Amino acid sequence: MTQAQLQETANTPALNEEPGIRKWQDYFGFNTDHKVIGIQYLVTTFIFYCMGGVMADLVRTELRTPETDFVTPEVYNSLFTLHATIMIFLWIVPAGAGFANYLIPLMIGAKDMAFPRLNAVAFWMIPPAGILLISSLVVGDAPDAGWTSYPPLSLVTGQVGEGIWIMSVLLLGTSSILGAINFLVTLLKMRIPGMGFNQMPLFCWAMFATSALTLVSTPVLAAGLILLSFDLIAGTTFFNPTGGGDPVVYQHMFWFYSHPAVYIMILPFFGAISEVIPVHSRKPVFGYKAIAYSSLAISFLGLIVWAHHMFTSGIPGWLRMFFMITTMIIAVPTGIKIFSWLATMWGGKIRLTTAMLFAMGFVGTFVIGGISGVMLAAVPFDIHVHDTYFVVAHLHYVLFGGSVLGIYSAIYHWFPKMTGRMINEFWGKVHFTLTIVGLNMAFLPMHKLGMMGMNRRVAQYDPKFTTLNEICTYGAYILAISTFPFIINAIWSWMYGPKAGNNPWDALTLEWMTTSPPAIENFDKLPVLATGPYDYGLEKAKEDVPLDDPNPVLSGGPNSVLRAEPDPKVAANPEDRK
Amino acid sequence: MKIPSSIWTLLIGILLTLVSLWYGQNHGLLPTAATDEADLVDGLFNTMMVVSTGIFLLVEGILIYSAFKYRRRPGDNSDGPPVEGNIPLEILWTAIPAIIVIGISVYSFDVYNEMGGFNPHAVHEAPIMQQSMKMPGAAIAATLNDTPPSTEPNLNQQKSDEAMQDPATAAVRNADQIPQKRNAPGVGIVAPTIGPVPGKEGKPPAMVVNVTGMQYAFIFTYPETGVTSGELHVPIGREVQLNMSANDVIHAFWVPEFRLKQDIIPGRQSEIRFTPKKEGDYDLICAELCGPYHGAMRTQVIVEKQEAFDNWVQEQLVASAETLNQAVAVNTEDISPDKFLAPYTKDMGIQPEILHQIHH
Repeated sequence: MTQAQLQETANTPALNEEPGIRKWQDYFGFNTDHKVIGIQYLVTTFIFYCMGGVMADLVRTELRTPETDFVTPEVYNSLFTLHATIMIFLWIVPAGAGFANYLIPLMIGAKDMAFPRLNAVAFWMIPPAGILLISSLVVGDAPDAGWTSYPPLSLVTGQVGEGIWIMSVLLLGTSSILGAINFLVTLLKMRIPGMGFNQMPLFCWAMFATSALTLVSTPVLAAGLILLSFDLIAGTTFFNPTGGGDPVVYQHMFWFYSHPAVYIMILPFFGAISEVIPVHSRKPVFGYKAIAYSSLAISFLGLIVWAHHMFTSGIPGWLRMFFMITTMIIAVPTGIKIFSWLATMWGGKIRLTTAMLFAMGFVGTFVIGGISGVMLAAVPFDIHVHDTYFVVAHLHYVLFGGSVLGIYSAIYHWFPKMTGRMINEFWGKVHFTLTIVGLNMAFLPMHKLGMMGMNRRVAQYDPKFTTLNEICTYGAYILAISTFPFIINAIWSWMYGPKAGNNPWDALTLEWMTTSPPAIENFDKLPVLATGPYDYGLEKAKEDVPLDDPNPVLSGGPNSVLRAEPDPKVAANPEDRK
Repeated sequence: MKIPSSIWTLLIGILLTLVSLWYGQNHGLLPTAATDEADLVDGLFNTMMVVSTGIFLLVEGILIYSAFKYRRRPGDNSDGPPVEGNIPLEILWTAIPAIIVIGISVYSFDVYNEMGGFNPHAVHEAPIMQQSMKMPGAAIAATLNDTPPSTEPNLNQQKSDEAMQDPATAAVRNADQIPQKRNAPGVGIVAPTIGPVPGKEGKPPAMVVNVTGMQYAFIFTYPETGVTSGELHVPIGREVQLNMSANDVIHAFWVPEFRLKQDIIPGRQSEIRFTPKKEGDYDLICAELCGPYHGAMRTQVIVEKQEAFDNWVQEQLVASAETLNQAVAVNTEDISPDKFLAPYTKDMGIQPEILHQIHH
């Protein structure tokens, strides 16, 4: 090879100069376009959701009868352990990151994320971690100490399975830390000039709060898991009482991440709902600042509530009181959001699209989870229902009734932007109805089960609880069935659905001001803000953004908040600013 | 006749309050209350249920009302009124939940105190002064090796030793294999405790039972009488203290009718005190995942009159004497009911006689 040829090889970039989607195969490879990565996240996590859902239905099938007659108790424990781990670490948390990847650069007018390759690396940790976790079922030694993996139980059950679990969760935690760094830097540094924090869409605020929380709490989980793996593999006794270790310390480290994780799982969808409700109610979001700052408040308070998971284990009385008060106070910023959403809808012109129905379903079911959360904060009552089905009901109302309905709402809302095609509304409504019916059937009776005396994580139970358990099981089957209309509808509409146009909902946030699906690097020219993100009903917005133009033109055209000529005073690059 | 909206709001508010008050008392979600402590918890829960029902009905009502009333009419492509906020309203709905949660916190605090959750007696026992405070400067320069072993008493060890005075407890607990955790200095007792109710601090409980948790059984030993049992029998109206420790993994003592739960942690001595008040057989359930047969780890708590309890103690004493005599000639086929227990307990130094006795 000649010197010139070598030079040429060295100069050829390792990656495509213009990463992005050109053909469907691009979704299956290493790509640094944030939109491709966003969709990779969403589709991958949805596949894991289906796997976790199958496990949930196996668990519920076992619980249809009081005896252990469907699977052995060991397999049962593995099933609920994997179900919880998959749903939390492989579905809800990364699905939030998927939406953030897709939407943040579009919403703030950036061409891509701040660190596109880091972004791809963060995504590509997820499939191996998931496959690793599920492979533990194949090696016949799946983890079965619950998703909390409390020692000393996790140290005396199967070593291989537990080791796989720790490794997989560590990988997923690393991925979410990398993602969080990327979101924070992107939000801080890459907003278009003229977009202050108070002009950002609320989803961006929510992701800002989420990412900060992830960065603070996830490393503590990693530390706890690494120490646990030492106990497991190297025979140390950090948490093993037989050598003088303290199992309660593990609980502190675990919950220092895992309670904030609940907010990591719900805040992005608080953000998504705050986008969906004003667009489909045709009203500005009520109390923009209240919603934005309450996200930050939740993020901060979320760090000081963890010990309410340990009211019945070894913490002193006064500490129980401290954590009771902090846990209760977090209901205040959450309440602010709920009332603000209701006020946004009040007096609007509500379009009952599937996205809006899911958003309203979110508010209606999440409030049940929120109320039972306040009850769980009250120490004397928590002592009664801790580790029972009441807790199972509460967490499913928050994570299914909240996060999962939020994810669906966001998918229906942004589907036209992501695919360029409309999703079928009729089948969307079928999906919504089945989901709401199944969700309430599956989880509402669990409140009573828990209070009457059914503990969680058991394969066999008192026969007096049979009827309620049967209702829960049939509800879970309905939930399983409800995903089929969605899957078929999404695939069919992606291929053959009617063309969506750039802005089918007449929305005002920046992502709707470019083509559907957006071009590589999102905007032709640097966007300039002409309206706030939620100026519905304001004359100014109507003048600047003629939304009913039948032939919209890409950025810079009349259907855009983007002016053709960038303002020299607000040029994109800081060094260009005069 | 058109009724003004303020009248409507008032009527709906009154109706909402009445429904909430009624449902809060008539939800039927809790089992029988069988201890004095349970009544306190139920009072708290009913109050929370009244508030919750109100909030729930309000939110769902607004949602459903909006969905019908403010639905976009066909052909109407206009926007709603651009209302962006209302400061007094926002302050109001921040203040109301804040007041509610503070109220519930204070009430919970009071209930918890009444249950004996603070146990001021135990706090007095805990060493308040820290080592470093006694030796200014020295602790900073000291390396790990130079740190002298703490001279403060290990309360967990003391309690463990106390329980092991009873030979029956010593026989089922493998306390020698699991060292006792120290209490952290200065922060009160760390061993989980629900202690004596106010007014009874410092007084010994009427009755003490030592509880040992293991995969997958609770074993109760009565130090006063030397009875060992797999069921908990307690007389009505006497305050009972359970001293609990686990042999292997974390378990939890839970009797739904007592509204009490306490983790049983290896290497720590948990305490729980309660006063049973209602006769009956109640389920005692392990509430902390302890392995595949966690769901099978359950037994009975029998609350009975003093005479019945005394009779039971006598029966147990006779039975245990007989069992010990038979134990020499016991056929291995006979231990079949204990078969899933045996592999877990063999390594723990538990004598087969005790296992046998428990399951017969």
